[in-house]
Amino acid sequence: MKKKNFLFLLLGVIFGITLIKSDAVSWFRMQEMFRFQGFQMYGIFMTAIPTAAISLFIIRKFKIKTLDGEPVKIIKKKFHLGFIFGPIIFGIGWALTGTCPGPIYVQIGSGLSIAILTLLSALAGTWVYSYLKPKLPH
Amino acid sequence: MNLFDLLRQPWPWYVAGPIIGLTVPLLLLAGNKMLGISSSLRHVCAICFPGDVSFLKYNWKEQLWNIFFAAGLLIGGFIGGVLLKPVTPMPLSEATTKTLNSFGISNTQPLLPTEIFSWAHLFTWQHLLIVIGGGFLVGFGTRYGNGCTSGHGIFGLSTFQWPSLVAVILFFASGILTSHFILPLLLK
Repeated sequence: MKKKNFLFLLLGVIFGITLIKSDAVSWFRMQEMFRFQGFQMYGIFMTAIPTAAISLFIIRKFKIKTLDGEPVKIIKKKFHLGFIFGPIIFGIGWALTGTCPGPIYVQIGSGLSIAILTLLSALAGTWVYSYLKPKLPH
Repeated sequence: MNLFDLLRQPWPWYVAGPIIGLTVPLLLLAGNKMLGISSSLRHVCAICFPGDVSFLKYNWKEQLWNIFFAAGLLIGGFIGGVLLKPVTPMPLSEATTKTLNSFGISNTQPLLPTEIFSWAHLFTWQHLLIVIGGGFLVGFGTRYGNGCTSGHGIFGLSTFQWPSLVAVILFFASGILTSHFILPLLLK
């Protein structure tokens, strides 16, 4: 278990380098995307999603097992009203801060101390949601 | 050109997209883990300040991989942003540069506009609303909606989950409206 965590760390490192080297953690690039004035972000999504889908097809087709020898299994997300309200709320924050959760960590790592404030605010948001969860429509 | 110079350049979408996409099968093969980053915020809350909140009381030790992945993002940010800092950054489109200039944002080069995201310029109510208010909404909305750009946008869509498609359409539409109508109000 412990050894494997380094594998997840390594995958995170590669993911993080890719996000920052492709400018996917840039506030400016997000505004460009939301204004349909550049292709970089669309290009990333339009190649990432099919790459993942084709890889999963290959895994299923050849019944490739995990490192532990287990079959690969995907737990599907069950729809509830939060899938409507949550993304609307998240979208506002995404456009204002120019970051979704992943890029916040990447920005901090790149030396932007102000992103620590974004992270603390996001943690506060997650905490308040958790607290209010029983009272919110789902 | 050596490898270091090559890696140091900004990476085009056709290099970055496939690497990001491959993370999905690699996490599954490494241990049936489903790509998603916003959950790490919940785990941090559960580890550091669970209080008396039932949603934050669960065995987070089983989800430690997600914290390791997030820690990897921090390290990746350092490697990509400091060690592999590009000599010439990827240019921003002229149209976006013009729009942002009209909002009083002149320097469009680093990752964040220093006119908003810097300790010197943070303390106006508009800027606090953008940074702290925006950050709060990211944390609140991703948990309420059960995912973010990676969990719904990359993982959910590539595994053909319709609830994720609903989420992606809505957070995208909401982002477009915010960028066009709310952000200008806060910057002028």
